[in-house]
Amino acid sequence: MAEEKKTPEQLAQVQYTRPGYKWMDPKVEFKKGSYNYGAVKENAEYMSLPYPRKWQPFDADWNLPDNWQEIIFEGMRERLDRFRSFRVFMDICVRCGACADKCHYYIGSGDPKNMPVLRAELLRSVYRNNFTAFGKVLGKIAGSRPLTIDVLKEWFFYFYQCTECRRCSVFCPYGIDTAEITMMARELLNLVGINIDWIVTPLANCFRTGNHLGIQPHGFKDSIDFAVDELEELTGVRVEAPINKKGAEILFVAPSADYFASPHYYTLLGYLALFHEIGLDYTWSSYASEGGNFGLFHSAEAMKRLNSKIYMESKRLGVKWILGGECGHMWRVLHQYMDTINGPANHLEEPVSPITGTRFDNAKSTKMVHIMEFTSDLIKNNKLKLDPSRNDHWNVTFHDSCNPARAMGLLEEPRYVIKNVCNHFHEMPENTIREQTFCCGSGAGLGTDENLEMRLRGGFPRANACKYVHDRFGVNILLCICAIDKATLPPLLEYWVPGVEVGGIHEMIGNALIMKGENERATDLRGTPIKEVAEGKEVTEDV
Amino acid sequence: MPLVISLLAVIVLVVIALAGTGSLGLQYLFGVIFPYAALATFLIGLVYRVITWARSPVPFHIPTICGQQKSHSWIKHSKLESPYTTLGVIGRMALEIFFFRSLFRNTKVDLKKGPRLVYGSEKYLWMAGMAFHYSFLIILLRHLRFFAEPVPFFVTALQTLDGFFQIWLPIIYITDGLILAALLFLLFRRLYDVKLRYLSMAGDYFPLFLLLGIAITGYLMRYTTAKADLVEVKELAMGLLSFRPVIPAGLDSVFYLHIFLVSVLIAYFPFSKLLHMAGVFMSPTRNLANNSRAKRHINPWNYDVKVHTYEEYEDEFRDVMKAAGMPVEKE
Repeated sequence: MAEEKKTPEQLAQVQYTRPGYKWMDPKVEFKKGSYNYGAVKENAEYMSLPYPRKWQPFDADWNLPDNWQEIIFEGMRERLDRFRSFRVFMDICVRCGACADKCHYYIGSGDPKNMPVLRAELLRSVYRNNFTAFGKVLGKIAGSRPLTIDVLKEWFFYFYQCTECRRCSVFCPYGIDTAEITMMARELLNLVGINIDWIVTPLANCFRTGNHLGIQPHGFKDSIDFAVDELEELTGVRVEAPINKKGAEILFVAPSADYFASPHYYTLLGYLALFHEIGLDYTWSSYASEGGNFGLFHSAEAMKRLNSKIYMESKRLGVKWILGGECGHMWRVLHQYMDTINGPANHLEEPVSPITGTRFDNAKSTKMVHIMEFTSDLIKNNKLKLDPSRNDHWNVTFHDSCNPARAMGLLEEPRYVIKNVCNHFHEMPENTIREQTFCCGSGAGLGTDENLEMRLRGGFPRANACKYVHDRFGVNILLCICAIDKATLPPLLEYWVPGVEVGGIHEMIGNALIMKGENERATDLRGTPIKEVAEGKEVTEDV
Repeated sequence: MPLVISLLAVIVLVVIALAGTGSLGLQYLFGVIFPYAALATFLIGLVYRVITWARSPVPFHIPTICGQQKSHSWIKHSKLESPYTTLGVIGRMALEIFFFRSLFRNTKVDLKKGPRLVYGSEKYLWMAGMAFHYSFLIILLRHLRFFAEPVPFFVTALQTLDGFFQIWLPIIYITDGLILAALLFLLFRRLYDVKLRYLSMAGDYFPLFLLLGIAITGYLMRYTTAKADLVEVKELAMGLLSFRPVIPAGLDSVFYLHIFLVSVLIAYFPFSKLLHMAGVFMSPTRNLANNSRAKRHINPWNYDVKVHTYEEYEDEFRDVMKAAGMPVEKE
């Protein structure tokens, strides 16, 4: 937190000007509120990460291993040989600047090293210096820099100011993806024992207990049971929520925040109500009780280690296929990585909806279906009785989460569902949604309190677009399908656009879903009283 | 500073060429040896680069998706922005390569009072990029008339088309004007936009100056009294092409300057950002289909990692699991 709390007006005084120093001269100031704390030694040890030690970014001496430069160079060589993306992206950038003002951190901070092109140059300059002929001979003129401790500190600072949202990659004429470059840089930093706590602690927790929050099996069961009780109180319907049930047809995996954080929790109630109502034969797993994967924000190896549980557990339980809940980066891993790193999933069957008979051909190899695909299919086939007027007290907008949008192209399914369960829906401006959506500013392991000022800055473009629909149409809730969004956007919106809540789509489904044998609902799943049913029910849509 | 260095570098090149083919009389060096050396550097360098890229595998399936995925039959799938098949990928790549699709998307952000962020369309970079690249291509193709006898019909056709407006004598080619305007705009943009000026390096200015130098020497030969004798130029070109190089007597320094700058450009190519020409084809965020859940992508170096098995998990938590009434494998 910054020492003096800035007002939104002050924080939005962003200057997009040239600083008085050249970007090639490394310069980092670890100002409170702009960086994350170092990884706790014990957790780094638990994950067998290299060089675990007590360490903080603001320490003058980072206590690096003596041959740290060698380690980094060797690491770079290895990754250049393993990742075509890395090699090509190091070589072909023309610095046209199309990416410059696409980054939420640049827009919110004005710091030129937050332009994706310069963020990449921080690494590229070292690549030139050590891996290209021109860079070796011409030195600084060719844009190369030797790897000094200050350069390394700069890497840490700026590669932990990238949320791997990939918005820049949409605009790059060569598709250069800063997320790839950030991933490489973070892997390199890990090699010399530089990690942040907000990533390593969830890693260790997840590895041991099955979820980022470190909730042990009985705690997990308590949470789910509690939700079942609460849902009964709200609806009068007692649902079942099986855990670790062998022979169920479907394994359901959601981000752990869904059963332990708010407002995620209402989405959980929505899942439970929906699965009960359609009579789904499914099970939760306490061992694979995390869909999210902070390994993605750490290294390909850590990602694989955490992700392995999902397939292993689906095999142990003998399910047919896997259904995944509302989460962003979880779906980056499931959609683009899981089959490659831990597949093939030959023990599973090609997913077919047991309710509608729809085959999910687009998931026939990975055998894991996004809940938006699943639920939109239910609605399309008229399998749900819905009363959208129960959401009339909500005037909603939809925030495309980075990964479902730019890794999957899951754009219409959520919108289709929203339009069926909410009467009042307004889109944010077109340059801020769908593939051009803005990150919450807290993804990729940066969603913690110690870097709150940076998060507020990074979240500014998203919040500002939300303010537009709030002021214009009276939008009072922003829906999203990402657990990090749900955790980090509430304080950001509270700061930039007070009066807008954050919720999940399955929460809205839970509100609208007419369940067999339910009591008349006085409140929605949050306990907010439902407005008297108005006569008009048309869907208002505006862009 | 990078600007000055780049400009100086091009000036030095000009002086070298003028001195070399003027008083020093090194026509053979500039007319034959340098072009051959440059072409060899270009070919070997480019092939080496592409092979180096290709030798690094694509371990993960990481396309950047810019449109609706293929899922339900009743949801319109965006075949070009989120291709599902190889054909779709070819379409997406074609849009990228021929029309600079991603650059066309470019926006510009403005922070207004309020605070209010406004996103405006920003097509100038796209326009200048298109104008430069297509002009360059057409000019290159027009030059084929020096390398083929008889001149291929499409070259003649291009020439006619390019001189469509029939302004001036000799007729001014449209692309000659366009390329100059585009290069000047790209240079101006780098200096005018504070963000770009801050990040630009010598490697960004040098190719612009070099290309301007090439264009200007070309204009001098076509539109002014420094005209080169086309027959002699063709004699040299055909000689180079047939590996029986001859140095015609009448070509003056402007001509040698022109081909020297071209030689530098093509020799410089494999060591510079100009590699984007080849690299764009190999970008895994663009050239893969969005079908990673339907078709398994193989990582050739996928290795086993230390995982935490269910057995290890249950061993640690068996007691609490049993106490909570959860099923366990081992009682």
